Amino acid sequence: MTIAPRGLSVALARGIGALSRRLGRGGGTSAPGRVLLWLRPKAIQELASTLTRGSLVISATNGKTTTGRLIGSCVATERWRTVSNRAGANLVFGVATALLDAVADEPSPEFGLFEVDEFALPELVTRLAPRVVVLMNLFRDQLDRYGELETIAESWARMIARLPATTILVLNADDPAIAALADGNRPVVFFGVEDPSARLDALPHAADSTRCRVCASPLVYDRVTLGHMGDWHCTHCGSRRPTPDVAADRVTLLGTTGIDLEISTPQGAVTARVALPGMHNAYNATAAVAAALALGIAHEHIGPALANAEAAFGRSERVMVSGHEVVLFLAKNPAGANVTVQTVQLDPDPLHLLIALNDRTADGNDVSWIWDVDYEPLLERLGDLVITGDRAYDMGLRFVYAGLDRARMRIEPDPERALDAALAQLPAGRCLYVLPTYTAMLGLRSILVERGAANAYWHDD
Amino acid sequence: MSTVRVCHLYPNELNIYADRGNIAVLRRRLEWRGHELSVVDAEIGDQIPDDADMYYLGGGQDRDQIIVAGDLAQTKAEALHRAAAGGSVVLAVCGGYQLAGHGYTGVDGTRMPGIGLLDADTVAGTTRLIGDVVISVDVGGTPVTVVGFENHAGRTTLGGASAPFGTVRHGHGNNDIDGTEGAITGRVIGTYLHGPLLPKNPQLADMLLGWALEHATGGPVALAPLDDALEMQAHRAAIARVTERRSA
Ligand SMILES: [Zn+2]
Repeated sequence: MTIAPRGLSVALARGIGALSRRLGRGGGTSAPGRVLLWLRPKAIQELASTLTRGSLVISATNGKTTTGRLIGSCVATERWRTVSNRAGANLVFGVATALLDAVADEPSPEFGLFEVDEFALPELVTRLAPRVVVLMNLFRDQLDRYGELETIAESWARMIARLPATTILVLNADDPAIAALADGNRPVVFFGVEDPSARLDALPHAADSTRCRVCASPLVYDRVTLGHMGDWHCTHCGSRRPTPDVAADRVTLLGTTGIDLEISTPQGAVTARVALPGMHNAYNATAAVAAALALGIAHEHIGPALANAEAAFGRSERVMVSGHEVVLFLAKNPAGANVTVQTVQLDPDPLHLLIALNDRTADGNDVSWIWDVDYEPLLERLGDLVITGDRAYDMGLRFVYAGLDRARMRIEPDPERALDAALAQLPAGRCLYVLPTYTAMLGLRSILVERGAANAYWHDD
Repeated sequence: MSTVRVCHLYPNELNIYADRGNIAVLRRRLEWRGHELSVVDAEIGDQIPDDADMYYLGGGQDRDQIIVAGDLAQTKAEALHRAAAGGSVVLAVCGGYQLAGHGYTGVDGTRMPGIGLLDADTVAGTTRLIGDVVISVDVGGTPVTVVGFENHAGRTTLGGASAPFGTVRHGHGNNDIDGTEGAITGRVIGTYLHGPLLPKNPQLADMLLGWALEHATGGPVALAPLDDALEMQAHRAAIARVTERRSA
């Protein structure tokens, strides 16, 4: 009797999964996937081919976890048995581990939903052969890890050229680097924000991708929505933002608690109140609508699914700690930190902030990026500021040279003491906004878990 | 009260390593002493003055740097050479350092010309030199530790007309071979260190400000001491990270 290759991969995956559970591995590891790929290099291809409804892959500098979660909420309305990777386990081994874990389930999963690291995307798209690829934005991020944004944009363009003609691309029309990835050889669903009131006064400092992808002339923006995204065109060669198929016609920011959205689609409007604040989440939700339609999810299910979605781990996540509300806003690069700074300012009262800067591998060792963030508007809005993390003094200098009096902030490198200091001076009824880098978020969150404030579980459900 | 005039070259194109942090340090450290900073931004096509007290040239993505290189040679090199000869300070960081030298030869052999303010030439390597850097720099006759972060593919070697800006104590420096970092000729400095360079290195910032004030006023200016406790905590934290990462 011969075993089909696919069956061999499934059998191996089940064996490794059973073994690793017996060894009691903790959350977040990619080790079982590593073992599987060592034994069976084509395991991802073979396991992915067992997903009868195919898979969707999402990548971006910012927002992939949240958007993946919103898409997951839409998919859940169809009751597809879904396998997805854990936030942070978004490299090849992480995806292999997710597949390995899922094939142990009976009945086996029929759909894959994967958020993928920008660098790992071409490799994983080749292996997973997804039905839909969602690409949301590219910002400068951890130059010591990722290199230049251009390098990633070029590797994505080469990846797309190799895709089958049937793969559906879901692309952000408002990001010039993403819109340029449409190559005319496969279906594209463009999404974007059309609300004319969604408008910043100017491009932020050190904006990326502000040159035409065709002729390298400076782009003109009729409207900037967020970072270098907006309604752009090139006066030199005529290249311009594609008209979005799925468009947020109306975005109402509900302070730091959420957004009301009216999104037009070829199948009619989708309206939803989403419990995720800020313009960046309007993009995340609009991308999720476009992705859900590309997957064939019933139009009428999408709005309620968005309204039911909850924040992902550390991303606009709200918890209660000793009677105080604490909101975690992961901020790991200039663009992400800028939207966070804009979002907390939607709170009309003086702001109570805990900012945490680490420089470990997952954060990037180079902390210079904090000088590209526009923290200055916070100075006038500040109630109090506590700064923590491995590089707390660097962040302190960022605020001193922005013009903050040295006596107006407290620097406490130890995260637990910093959290206590921030909570101790928090007035009754006010909310503490925590702006951490990735590993700083994990550290602070584990303190919150110990205090029973947050859910310890890595999984989204 | 004196005003220091800084000409910031290509802030839209060359800003990849938080170069505005360096400008912010110059501004605040002047203001805290009753002086002020006036910044003129010079973009592609703009003519520049040849008598600014300081010129700042940052680093950019490869694509932007190529766009800038031609403009620098065409519209700004002459004024910069006159300014340097007249005692203006020039601070060129990372890609700006490469442009301030003779030029940069890419992996494929293509040549991006520099403007020769520094006797330094750069050739692309096949790997990037990335990480924390600690160097020793001569500040007014005293060796001072300067900390930063480097991320460059170029290997730079110096000719006889420029001295090394610093001696590498940790990190790669100019080329990972000869233990030199950066280049200095008179008051023109090129370095690979960002982080940005000046916030955590207040003695270096004050050396540059002293030179710039001297150019502005025509004579030496004494700089009042500042409370640099936080600056030095950040400085020491950067050195500690080097030691911790080495032993990790
Ligand atoms: Zn164009």
